[in-house]
Amino acid sequence: MNRVAAPPVTLLVNGETHALSLPPATRLSEALREGLGLTGTKVGCDAGDCGACTVLLEGAQACACLVPLGQCEGARIETVEGIAATPEGQALAERFHAAGAAQCGICTPGMLVAATELLRENPTPSEAEVEEALGGVLCRCTGYRRIVEAVLGTGPAAEEGGVGARLPRTDGAPKLDGTALYGADGAPADALWLRTIRSPHPHARVILGDLEGFARAHPGLRLLTARDVPGRNGYGIYPHIKDQPVLAGERVLYRGDAVAALVGPRDPVLSVPPSALPIAFEVLPALGDPDVALGANAMHTDFPDNVLAEGRVTRGDPVAALAEAAHVVEGTWRTSFVEHAYLEPEAGWARRVGDRVEIWCSTQAPAMDREEVAGVLGLSLEAVRIIPSACGGGFGGKLDAGMQPLLALAAWVTGRPVRAAWTRPESMAASTKRHPARITARAGCDAEGRLLALEFEGIYDTGAYASWGPTVAGRVPVHATGPYRVPHVSARARAVFTHQPPSGAFRGFGVPQAAIAQEALWDRLADACGLDRLEFRIRNALVVGDETATGQVLAHSAGQRPCLEALRPRWNELRAEAAARNAKGGTLRHGVGIAGMWYGIGNTGMSNPSEMRLILEADGTLTFLNGAVDIGQGSSTVLCQIAAEALGVPVSALRHVNGDTDLTPDAGKTSASRQTFVSGRAAMEAALDLRARVLAGRNAAIGWDGKRLTVGGEAFVPAAALEGVGRFDPPTTPLDGEGQGVPYATYGFAAQICALAVDTRLGTVALQRFVAAHDVGRAVNPTLVEGQTHGGIAQGIGLALMEEYIPGRTENLHDYLIPSFGDVPPIECLLVEESEPLGPFGAKGVGEPALVATAPAIFSAIRDATGVEVTRIPALPHRLRAALKEAGW
Amino acid sequence: MDRYWRPRDLRAALDIRAGEGARPLAGGTDIYPARAHHAAWEGSVAESLLDLSAIAELRTLERDGRHWRLGAGVTWAALRDAALPPGFRALQQAARQVGGRQVQARGTIGGNLCNASPAADGVPPLLLLAAEAVLLSPVGERRLPLDRFILGNRRTVLRDDEILAALLIPAERAEVPSAFVKLGARRHLVISIAMAAADAEGRATIGACSEVAHHWNGEVSPISDIRGSAEYRREAAAEVVSRALTLASAA
Repeated sequence: MNRVAAPPVTLLVNGETHALSLPPATRLSEALREGLGLTGTKVGCDAGDCGACTVLLEGAQACACLVPLGQCEGARIETVEGIAATPEGQALAERFHAAGAAQCGICTPGMLVAATELLRENPTPSEAEVEEALGGVLCRCTGYRRIVEAVLGTGPAAEEGGVGARLPRTDGAPKLDGTALYGADGAPADALWLRTIRSPHPHARVILGDLEGFARAHPGLRLLTARDVPGRNGYGIYPHIKDQPVLAGERVLYRGDAVAALVGPRDPVLSVPPSALPIAFEVLPALGDPDVALGANAMHTDFPDNVLAEGRVTRGDPVAALAEAAHVVEGTWRTSFVEHAYLEPEAGWARRVGDRVEIWCSTQAPAMDREEVAGVLGLSLEAVRIIPSACGGGFGGKLDAGMQPLLALAAWVTGRPVRAAWTRPESMAASTKRHPARITARAGCDAEGRLLALEFEGIYDTGAYASWGPTVAGRVPVHATGPYRVPHVSARARAVFTHQPPSGAFRGFGVPQAAIAQEALWDRLADACGLDRLEFRIRNALVVGDETATGQVLAHSAGQRPCLEALRPRWNELRAEAAARNAKGGTLRHGVGIAGMWYGIGNTGMSNPSEMRLILEADGTLTFLNGAVDIGQGSSTVLCQIAAEALGVPVSALRHVNGDTDLTPDAGKTSASRQTFVSGRAAMEAALDLRARVLAGRNAAIGWDGKRLTVGGEAFVPAAALEGVGRFDPPTTPLDGEGQGVPYATYGFAAQICALAVDTRLGTVALQRFVAAHDVGRAVNPTLVEGQTHGGIAQGIGLALMEEYIPGRTENLHDYLIPSFGDVPPIECLLVEESEPLGPFGAKGVGEPALVATAPAIFSAIRDATGVEVTRIPALPHRLRAALKEAGW
Repeated sequence: MDRYWRPRDLRAALDIRAGEGARPLAGGTDIYPARAHHAAWEGSVAESLLDLSAIAELRTLERDGRHWRLGAGVTWAALRDAALPPGFRALQQAARQVGGRQVQARGTIGGNLCNASPAADGVPPLLLLAAEAVLLSPVGERRLPLDRFILGNRRTVLRDDEILAALLIPAERAEVPSAFVKLGARRHLVISIAMAAADAEGRATIGACSEVAHHWNGEVSPISDIRGSAEYRREAAAEVVSRALTLASAA
């Protein structure tokens, strides 16, 4: 430690006096976490932008990341741990728990602390007062409405029970008292620190200098470079494209590309300036635009035209159909990079245990992480253990291995535990993004408004490395028609390499971008035919028995029409309200928009199995081995509800083991809205299998007496453990060269309407209301389904109106804006349950469907209000104002 | 060096400032965020800090003869919650919209001015109030109108031996009702694209539309950045000024 010695700072934390001998400029957040072990105070940005580290300092909210420890001499500080121990804190936590106000839980300590300050001053606040008091804390999961309701005590009530019950999260309690351990929490005190050295340039040659000299001059530090990687220096989602280097050896391909890892005691590791490192860059010209990249020299030798992947769906003869169509419309839309902005930046720690390595990390895909680490270290799969921490949000961004190979490498070569936590700017620079898309599309319908044909061309900027680009290119054309009958289709999407951040998986895999184009075309066609926009969509909605553009016949559970019809009463009311307001004139113009969406559940035309196990031990314990990581969406709760219901016991009977690759079978990744459908079915099968073993042919009721399983009312303890195993792999077929086949076993359907006002002078948008109808097959837990819907809408609002990641420009949460309190208006959720026979108890998925329809519904409403079509996204005020001006406003 | 001083009296602070050249720190709401960016790309910061938060006389907010004296260490929250004459409404409305409650509780008006961001929400309301900056050094005091204190983007006239101690606001100006309008791309925690303050006598000031906020004369010289184009800011400036004037005259 080369810190300046300072007299200890004495402070009163949660009623106890502590003396901390840390430098006075130390952030209070760091002092609480590292000095006192109070890791309930979370670090999301170190810049006062997110509020995750909010504590009460002399009773007032403060971002602990902005307060120097030296300013706290004699101060009274309350953290979530202290508040959770008070009766009022427990009552507040109980309301959060019941309402589903804590999803991933990373913002929850900040929310609880902020709410406590408010409720002490004002026990009966208004909604506006809650929003103002909590406005300094960001949440990426919930959409805020349920948090406001929890503070006010107006949220949904908790229910006991299995499938269909509003059961509070089974993993909720530790998220509400600060004890849940996330990636940055719980590393051993003697762990070394790892700092990743990254390229500040989008494209450069890496020049490594005198590494030995650096090592001699810094005996306590270890500088790892490409040459230290013992196995394959590359990782990536696809088995045949491991193109992202753990540490770039020769060239860096984007700003944020990892070049070296500095490992050692924390302070020296963090204080070495880049100029002291034997690493230099020769800057090379960069490809920033996929249109330019298409004709440029190849970035990767395996992809000579810079096209990583192309997906195509062709059916019928769209050219001929459009020639005969009564109405034809077309357009071009451009979207931007969108950052996941999970409020927990990547973090974790690793240790070597003999010839094995164990990694504790925040992840969506432990089994894939295990394969990546094994490949990078040249180890067998059995030599690698991934232990998922609580996950503070993922949304697709924690599917790529990112930090895990680096931690494993450092622990492997040093033999010491090693920890790392990316800073917010580093997380934003290094991690994957939503693909920016440039979409050109043309569609036509007949005089009665029946859709005839769609031509769709999408260029998706896939950035520097493959990541999930092929998945996006494959999924987009399948979804290009949306949930509508279109007999003639030609749809193509290409993922194109550039020197930009790798675009990967982000809630919807490219479909939200496509939906913006598709729904805008439908609005125009509806107008051209003189049809109401809702009725136009009802007329064209896919129903059971219809064939999709890939030739798949929908046999069951196609709820698009019921979703649209469920919206009709609200649609008419909101339209009438908007018309009445507009009749009064003024700067504000009101509008109502609508959009539909469908979403294939699970991987596109390829196997994606899940396995679940349920064990009745000889001591009577009932253990559920669940490898599906819960990233806040609630899969642990849903899977427990399904398993318990199928077995015939209450959820509380289950001892739940989650995620650890040494203890649980591979459930596949938490992505593609697949866990309820795929792992849910596997959990149901595991429970049914165990049930059959317990009953062994008898016809009796299974129950639970509070401690043990009962059969026919009698306690049942097996002589030896009984194990139920369930596996499910949704039946699909690969798509052929024309994109024909059965890409998904089932689809989620939805429609959303949005009411808003446009300030025509300033180009700002005030959202007033969403109504969301979602066909989820069966709502296993309505509170969780609504939670996904709210959160998806919040992210859709960000995509539509404010989020734009620009490398080097918006690498923090004050220049990159995500929706805050007050940006998400009231949301009404309408559950539509068109049972899916393949799903557990009829259930499908909702994680991604929640987001897809939101942005197009907003743009539909802006067009309704003003006639202006938004084609450059996000619709920042200056862009919307420019479009308004052009339209004569 | 990364030394840290937290004196209790102003005299000691001035000596440290003059002798050591340490950077003044108040609420930390600008200094620590800059460190986060630095940590990501450059590593940790070694910088000596002079913490002014223990100096009671920097936190006064009182009528002082013909002036209101606003200590540089007064927090946004203290301003927001104080009972003040109607001329302070624009400043109080700005205080309510700076960051969240967390930043309002810690961030100070002096820090906002010394940081000299073109988007500093404190500047247009204080310009409207004809505020004067009081700068202290071991050799004495100087007073400057606010528009001569801030020179440009992140530039002020503050010398290495000086501390911004207070703002003086003419008492009669503090009686003229005022209003503040902030334009941002989201509801909370947002850096202004443009903001205006105006009073009931028709004065108006505009911020974030030129390198330094200034009195409204129909002209601005904006930049284009991630928050808005220059063309947009030109239009928006006139609009927010007009709205602020309407609100102020209705007050």
